[in-house]
Amino acid sequence: MTSDDDLLLSAQGLSVRFGGVLAVNNVSFDVRRGEVFTLIGPNGAGKTTVFNLISRIYTPTTGTIAYAGPGGAMLPLSTQPPHKVAGLGIARTFQNIELFEHASVLHNLLIGRHTRRETGLWAEMFFTRKVRDAEVRAREKAEQVIDFLDLQHYRDTLVAGLPYGVRKVVELARALCTEPQLLLLDEPSSGLNVEETDDMAFWIQDIQHELGITVLMVEHDMSLVSKVSDRVLAMNQGEVVALGTPREVQTHPGVVEAYLGTIDDVSSLRRPPGNAGSGLGVRA
Amino acid sequence: MRFLFKTSYEQDIRLAKHGGHVFWYGLLCLALVAAPWVAPEYWLAQLTFVLIYAIVGLGLMLLAGFTGQFSLGHAAFLGVGAYTQAVLTGLGWPFALSLACAAGLSAAVGVVVGLPALRVKGIYLGMATLSFGFIVEEVFARWESVTGGNSGKHLVPPQIAGYSFESTESFYFLCLVIAVLCTLAILNLLRSPTGRAFVAIRDSEISAQSMGIHLARYKTLSFSLSAALAGIGGALYAHKLQFISPDQFNILQSIDLLLMIVIGGLGSVHGAFLGAIFLISMPQLIALGKDWLPDSIGQSPGLQSVVYGAVLVAFVLFEPMGLYGRWLKVRTWLQMFPFYRKGMFKRQKSFQKSDRLK
Amino acid sequence: MQFVQLLISGVSQGCIYGLIALGFVLIYKATETVSFAQGELMMLGAFCGLALMTVLGFPFWVAVLASILAMGLFGVVLERAVIRPILGQPAFSIVMLTIGIGYVLRGLVTMIPNIGTETHTLPVPYKDMSFRLGALVLNAEQLVVIGATAVLCVLLFAMFRYSKLGIAMQASSQNQLAAYYMGIPVQRLNGLAWGLAAAVAAVAGLLLAPITFVHANMGLIGLKAFPAAVVGGFGSLPGAIVGGLVIGIVESLSGFYLPDGFKDTAAYIVVLVMLMVKPNGLFGEKLRKKV
Repeated sequence: MTSDDDLLLSAQGLSVRFGGVLAVNNVSFDVRRGEVFTLIGPNGAGKTTVFNLISRIYTPTTGTIAYAGPGGAMLPLSTQPPHKVAGLGIARTFQNIELFEHASVLHNLLIGRHTRRETGLWAEMFFTRKVRDAEVRAREKAEQVIDFLDLQHYRDTLVAGLPYGVRKVVELARALCTEPQLLLLDEPSSGLNVEETDDMAFWIQDIQHELGITVLMVEHDMSLVSKVSDRVLAMNQGEVVALGTPREVQTHPGVVEAYLGTIDDVSSLRRPPGNAGSGLGVRA
Repeated sequence: MRFLFKTSYEQDIRLAKHGGHVFWYGLLCLALVAAPWVAPEYWLAQLTFVLIYAIVGLGLMLLAGFTGQFSLGHAAFLGVGAYTQAVLTGLGWPFALSLACAAGLSAAVGVVVGLPALRVKGIYLGMATLSFGFIVEEVFARWESVTGGNSGKHLVPPQIAGYSFESTESFYFLCLVIAVLCTLAILNLLRSPTGRAFVAIRDSEISAQSMGIHLARYKTLSFSLSAALAGIGGALYAHKLQFISPDQFNILQSIDLLLMIVIGGLGSVHGAFLGAIFLISMPQLIALGKDWLPDSIGQSPGLQSVVYGAVLVAFVLFEPMGLYGRWLKVRTWLQMFPFYRKGMFKRQKSFQKSDRLK
Repeated sequence: MQFVQLLISGVSQGCIYGLIALGFVLIYKATETVSFAQGELMMLGAFCGLALMTVLGFPFWVAVLASILAMGLFGVVLERAVIRPILGQPAFSIVMLTIGIGYVLRGLVTMIPNIGTETHTLPVPYKDMSFRLGALVLNAEQLVVIGATAVLCVLLFAMFRYSKLGIAMQASSQNQLAAYYMGIPVQRLNGLAWGLAAAVAAVAGLLLAPITFVHANMGLIGLKAFPAAVVGGFGSLPGAIVGGLVIGIVESLSGFYLPDGFKDTAAYIVVLVMLMVKPNGLFGEKLRKKV
């Protein structure tokens, strides 16, 4: 059904072991070009570990990750050093916000342009015409992202003084500045209020439709997941539980069990008769 | 109060951001150029030392202030530069070529010293650089055939195309030109991708990697650039003193260099210069102050130690942003008068963030 | 025989390095600051003992205990006055602060009229005593160093393993915020850590004094203790002692068997080798940031 041209990322049989802990166990999934693919699962399911495997912070114990590089051919990702990943077109945000604290927002975004640099050390020391022009071009690109995410107000503020919600947006902006093919978003809505989450949902949709970027995200907020995702992968304890559209996955019994647990005997939750007004227990 | 209305990206990119910058720095340049005619010879010589130490300070500021790498043995690079210059000019090589070699050899040593940086961070890196410092000092003392060992080495004044820079004035101009070129090079680096990569490494290595910054390459680059600048400074230092010996490049010199950048203001180019001014003027001030103190304190050999230590402690406690930070606060007060609020530069006191998990 | 002789003197010197390194590691474990002032605290401890024994004429044991207590108190006061206000600043600044403190202490001692600039001998009861064990000549001073270090290590181990205080100190060193939430008086414990480190430094100073004599530049030995802490792994207390022993022995042997100049740099060469081979030291832990 999906031709190979559509495939952007393909993970096969990924497993990662940290000492005695099997954090990820035989996880396989494909990400198609232009879709929004979400990983869900309770805490400790291994979702961020999968991200870290893709951005090469960890190395898988077994399994492979293949990625459609700039040329179009699928390359194995496991042999790439971490700093090459951005050059291949994969950008990510971090769960705990890893911004450059002592630099301004603009500075952070310009650092995001690093993979697109055109000049070397000596030219930069003399700040030749070429360097100046490259700087202006980088600045223009950064301004486009600032426009896209409405960060004009914060452009020259040091990151250290920014509120949490704004920092999350700056993380996203910085990732977008690398002009990626694939964007990894680690819990984009965590810590955001309802309005900010709505904004985030719109931005993810814009990123998908206007910028044509494929999004792979980890998320807990199920309303956001249903609103923006094309496909969802549910994980629990390092293993895949379900894969499909948001609706399919939400109603999958394995997923329900992972989040809520199984109740075999509902009667134990019923209030004993005659104890009116206790206010506890489930009405049958 | 100055409001900057920006109409082009060029305004953000260029070095002089507004008319005020152009005016004041222009005035500074004029003053520096006019110095030989205005200042007595002794003060001119001190100013030359300030310029030399500022060049070294620029290097150390780049490494410690902008890339966040600990270097406790920086005097080693100073020494490599100084001895290379001494040996090569002693062999009759032209000044410019010797200077280039001094910078190059220091840079090479910098790469070697920077190797531990690729594997370790923080205090471990500090220890590695400290160890290198001691080892290099010992090499200077033992390698007598080249360095003359503990009896030291003499130098001739620098010569370019037959003209000998013997006088204080001519040597001052030589140092001024080199200092200005080095400063411009560093400022240019800091406003381009390489400089930003350094800052990224300082603030978050994992993030920097995911932005495509090759950590090993940039850390090594930072070390070698920093060492090259120290080498240039060392070569000029050697020419100024006309005599060098291994004990001028020991741990105390390294600590002096660190003192300079911490008091100057970590993380700013101005800090290197302000720190150099501080370092050179401190002994003068102590000498002046000696007359006011009772003999038992004033004439004691321990006075210098106490003053240096006390000033360092005072700065770290009360003015962690250094002299440049204090200047920023004064300038903001003047600019915003009377609306300056006491808490404007308040550092958010945080809990001890674990360095072990960086 | 020469070899064993060298070994013993290496072990005893190593114990001194180890004790100073122990102080570093105590402070590092508790507050994650590196203190370059340990050497000077050691020197101060030695001078304190000297003053109590010669100027005030206290008997040996009283002077020793009094100096240890005095230095411990000094450490607590130092932490309260100077270190606590800067908590949260980058590690580099804190290191510079401790270097500054070291400078001040050294300068102040040098400024004391007559006593500061000269070298003195510490009147210990076991001075100049030695034992013969077969062909070996064992100096009493060296034996006392080794013995005292062993006793101190056992005491510290017991404290950290079994006492509430020790466990609290370990907790606050691993996660300061959580320790606060658990009701642990983190700031007081930090003060205690500094006090303890200063006391250990004082012990080192008193043990070293009979061997190297008491003078204001004694503290520069502290610079050799850093390699000891690094070799052992900066977060590990037994590592500090082991690291010290390694450095001491290597130094002693290289002084005899290797050409001139290696003795002084032996410690540093060992550090570089260790950092290349096992970057976190013999007993250090490799922690990685979880993102």
